[in-house]
Amino acid sequence: MPQSSHWFMRRLSHLDGILLTLVLLLLGISLAVVASASGQSPARISGHLINIGLALAVMVVMANVPPHLLSKVGPPLYVAGVVLLIGVALFGEVRNGSRRWLNLGFMAFQPSELLKLALPLMLAWYFQRNEAVLRAKHFLVGGALLLVPFLLILRQPDLGTAMMIGASGFYLLFFAGLPWKVILGGATLGAASLPVMWGLMHDYQQRRVLTLLDPTSDPLGDGYHIIQSTIAIGSGGLFGRGWMGGTQNQLDFIPERTTDFIFAVFGEEFGYVGAIFLVGLYLAIVARGLVIAARAPTQFGRLMAATLSLNLFTYAFVNMGMVSGILPVVGVPLPLMSYGGTALITLLLGMGILMSVATHRQLNKS
Amino acid sequence: MNLATPLKNLDRELARFHGRLKLGAAFVSLLAAVLLARAFYLQIVQHEHYVERAESNRISRVPTAPNRGLILDRNDRILAENYSAYTLELTRAQTHNLEATLAEVGKLIEITPGQLRRFRRLLAESHEFETVPLKSKLTDEEVAILAANRYRLPGLEVKARLFRNYRAGPGMAHVVGFIGRINDRDLKRLREASREQNYKGSAYIGKTGLEQSYESLLHGRTGFDQMETDASGRAVRMLSRIPPVPGKDLRLHLDVELQAVAEHAFGDYLGGLVALDPNTGGVLALVSKPGFDPNLFVDGVDPETWKALNESPDRPMVNRALRGIYPPGSTIKPFMALAGLELGLRKPADTIADPGFFSLPNSRHQFRDWKRGGHGVVDLRRSISQSCDVYYYRLAVDMGIDRMHDYLAQFGLGEKTGIDLDGESAGLLPSRDWKQRRFKQTWYPGETVIAGIGQGYHLTTPLQLAVAAAMLANGGKRIEPRLVQAVRDPLAHVWQPQPGMVRGQMAIPPAYLAVVREGMMDVMRPGGTAARSAAGAPYTIAGKTGTAQVVGIKQGARYDASRLSRQYRDHALFIAYAPAENPTIVVAVMVENGGSGSGTAAPVARAVFDYYLTGKRPGEMKLEANNATE
Repeated sequence: MPQSSHWFMRRLSHLDGILLTLVLLLLGISLAVVASASGQSPARISGHLINIGLALAVMVVMANVPPHLLSKVGPPLYVAGVVLLIGVALFGEVRNGSRRWLNLGFMAFQPSELLKLALPLMLAWYFQRNEAVLRAKHFLVGGALLLVPFLLILRQPDLGTAMMIGASGFYLLFFAGLPWKVILGGATLGAASLPVMWGLMHDYQQRRVLTLLDPTSDPLGDGYHIIQSTIAIGSGGLFGRGWMGGTQNQLDFIPERTTDFIFAVFGEEFGYVGAIFLVGLYLAIVARGLVIAARAPTQFGRLMAATLSLNLFTYAFVNMGMVSGILPVVGVPLPLMSYGGTALITLLLGMGILMSVATHRQLNKS
Repeated sequence: MNLATPLKNLDRELARFHGRLKLGAAFVSLLAAVLLARAFYLQIVQHEHYVERAESNRISRVPTAPNRGLILDRNDRILAENYSAYTLELTRAQTHNLEATLAEVGKLIEITPGQLRRFRRLLAESHEFETVPLKSKLTDEEVAILAANRYRLPGLEVKARLFRNYRAGPGMAHVVGFIGRINDRDLKRLREASREQNYKGSAYIGKTGLEQSYESLLHGRTGFDQMETDASGRAVRMLSRIPPVPGKDLRLHLDVELQAVAEHAFGDYLGGLVALDPNTGGVLALVSKPGFDPNLFVDGVDPETWKALNESPDRPMVNRALRGIYPPGSTIKPFMALAGLELGLRKPADTIADPGFFSLPNSRHQFRDWKRGGHGVVDLRRSISQSCDVYYYRLAVDMGIDRMHDYLAQFGLGEKTGIDLDGESAGLLPSRDWKQRRFKQTWYPGETVIAGIGQGYHLTTPLQLAVAAAMLANGGKRIEPRLVQAVRDPLAHVWQPQPGMVRGQMAIPPAYLAVVREGMMDVMRPGGTAARSAAGAPYTIAGKTGTAQVVGIKQGARYDASRLSRQYRDHALFIAYAPAENPTIVVAVMVENGGSGSGTAAPVARAVFDYYLTGKRPGEMKLEANNATE
C-alpha cells in the first residue's frame, strides 16, 4: 500500500533526527538499567518496552500536531486542571497525609500531573496572544496563572510537584522576558520567606530536609534510601562495577531502584564515566531543544521549546541530586530513565511538542 | 505607561529571547556541573570509603568456634575432653511470653528446678538477644519432641554443641580447673587484650586452673565464613571460609594415677600436696583436698550448689597447694641449717646441750622445745633428725632476722614460684624491713627466735615448700614448677616439649649440702622423727617433718592434740625426696589439722613415693572414711 506508507513516512518526517537519536539512546540505556535493577524480570522489561512503545507513539502523534493547534489546547486544559485541583482540595482522597488524588470511580488520578504540561501551554498561549503589546500587566496575569495551581498543589501538600510546576512556569515567564528587577526582587523575597516556608512545612517534609542534611541521623528510617543510594553511586568508582555487577543493586540494598532511584543503579554499574555520559545526553537534549527554540518561528514555539528543554533538565537534576544526596527526597523520576508509564508518556509528549515546533516552520496565522 | 509605543520592537524582543536562551543554557550547565561535581566526590574522592561500606553491607562474617584443646596427663589419659550433644536454647527477645514458653516446654520435656534456676541466673546475666541454654545433653527422644513442637515455641532452638567434660573427677579439679560461659568481666578482659574478635563464636572461656592459665593455647582460633547476604539479611552464597584452628592439646607432667594415690593417702583428712620432678620442675601431682566436680560449672552452676560450695567450712574451692599459706614449722630447719653452715655460724660437728628450753639473755621467757626435757647433746645432723627446736632458737638468734630472710629468700620462700597456674600465693618471708613497712613496728628479738623454727610471721604454700625441697634434692637449682610438659597442634600431631624454667642456681658447698641431706635421711632412719614412714621402703628417703600451729599455746601450757577438737589441731607438714642418693621426686605435704607431720603427713608422702618409684598401690584404694578420732 504505497499510499499509506507514503502517509506514514510523512508522519515520520515531523520527527527531529537529533532529538530522536538522543531520546532513543537514553531509552536504550534505561532498558538496560531497568533489566539489571529488576533482576532481569521479564514482567518489568516487557512492561517497560510497552511503555516505551506507547510513549514513542504519543511522541510521533504530538510531533504531527501543528503548534498553532496545540496552542489552542492550552486554555481549556489549564482551566480543566485548575478545576480538578479545586475538586481535589474539596473531595480529594488522602493518602500518606496529603490530599493529591481524585477518585474517578474507575481510577485514581493526580490532577497535578496534568498541570505539568497545561501550565506552560497556557502561559505560552497567553504570551503569544499578547506578544505585540507585552506590558508589565501581562506578567502580572502570567504570575497569577502560575500561582493559582502552584498554591493549590502546595496546599495538598505536594512540595515536590509544586516546585517543579513552579519552575516550569517561571522558566516560561523568564523566556517571555520577565524583567530582571522582578526576578531579583522575587529571589530576595523568596530567600527572606524561607523561614516562614519552613514553618508551613509538614512534619514529614521537615524531616525529609533534616534527613537530607544528615542522613546518618536516621539510618534505618528516612535516611536509609539516601545512605544506600550514595553507597551505590560511590562504590561505582570511575568505571562502575559493570552491568548487573552492582552488589548494592543486585542484593536489594537500593530501594525503588527501577523507578526513582534508578540513578543509583546506573552510578554503581557504570561509574563516573557513565554519569558523565548520562548528564552529557541530557545536556545534548537541552542544547537541541534550545536550538529548536532559537529557530522557532512563533512566540508560542519559542517559549514552549525553551521551557520544555529546561524543564527536562530540571527533573533530571532534582532526581540525580536527590539520589546522590544533595537534594531532599521529593519523589521525582529520572526523565527517560525511570520505569513508569505516566511519566514516560508525559515526557515524550513534551519531546513530540519540541519536534512539532522544530518541523512546523511556516508562520501560522494567529 | 508609555502609550507612544504600544507595539514592541520584535527584533529587539527576539534578541532578548536569544540572550535569555544563552542564560538558560548557562544555568543548565551550572546544574550539570553541580551534579558531576557531586558524582566526582562520591565516585572518585570517596570511592574507597563507599566500596568499603558496600562490602560491609553485603558481607557478613559468621564465626565458627574452634574445638578446644584436650588436656592429657603424662600417660595421655584424658583429663578434659569435648563431646557433642544437643542443647535446648532460648533467645528471650524472640519469645512472645517467656513464662508461657517455659511452662509449655516443661510439659514437653522434664526441666528440673535446678536447670530452671541456672537458666534464670544466666538469663539475668545476659542481654535480651543472647541465646541462653535451658537444658543440655538432650536425649534423642527429647530432641524429637522439641523438633515436632518448635513451630509453636518461638525463641526456642535445639542446637548441636560441643561440651567440655572433665573425666578425672574432683581430684583433678584444682589442676585442670573448668570453663564457664563468658560473662561481662571476661568480655571486658578480652576487649582490653584485643582478643574479643577471636571469641565471636565462643560461649565458653577458661575460668580456673589450666583451663584459665592456658586459655590462649586451648581456645584455638575462631574461623569465619564470609557470607554474601542481601538487604533482608538472607545468606545468598558463601564467599570464602577461614576454617577455625583448633586449640592446642596439653600433655602434663602430672600422672593422674599418682594424683589419685596421693589423694587416697590423705584418708579423710583435708590438705594439699605437691610432687615435683626436682630436675625438671615438672609437677607430678598437685592435690588440694577436698576437690569438687568441675562439670557442675561448665554450663553455669545452680545457685544452691554454688552457695554450698562457697560456704562449706571445708572450702573446696580453695586450691590449698597453691594458695593455702601456713607457717612452715620445722620443715624450715634443713634450710636454716644450711644458712648456719654457709654463714659460718655453725660447723657440722658443733654441738649444743639442749635443756628443753631457750631463753634470751636478760629474759625469763622460755622458748620451749617440742620435747620436754630436751634432746641432750645435739649436733647439726641430730638437730635435723630429732627436729631440735633449741638448736634453731640459738642459731636464729646468732643469725639475726635479716640474714635469715636473705638466705631463705634464695629458696624462693616469700615469692611466687611461677607455676603455670593463676592465683598462687607469695607466702611471707619476714624481715625487719617488712615488719616496719607492714606494721610500722620494730622487730623484737623474740620474733627472731620463733622464726628459727618456722613459726611466727613465716607463711609458705605447699608449692613453695616443694620447690625449696627440690633445691635440696637437685643441689640448689631453682626450678619453676610446670604442669604442662608438651603442647600439640592437633592438626600437626606433633608434641612440642615445653622446656622447664630455671630461675637460678645456688652455689651451696657440697659438703654442707651433704651433711644436711644426711640429717634428712636420718629423719627417716630408725630414731628419726619420721622413721616409721620409711619402714620397709626399698629406696632411701630424705625428709623433714613439721607442724604449723593453728592456735597459740599459752606459756606453760601443753599442746595436747587429743584434747583439742580437730579443727584447732595443728597442720601436719612434711617435705621429702627420694631416692635420697639420686632424687627423682620431691614431695611437700600439708595435712590440715593433721596434728604432727610424722603422724599424718609423712605417710602420704610414702604412698606417693611407693607408687612413683615402685608402682605399688595402697592395698585398698577406695575413698572411704577411715575412722578418725573426732
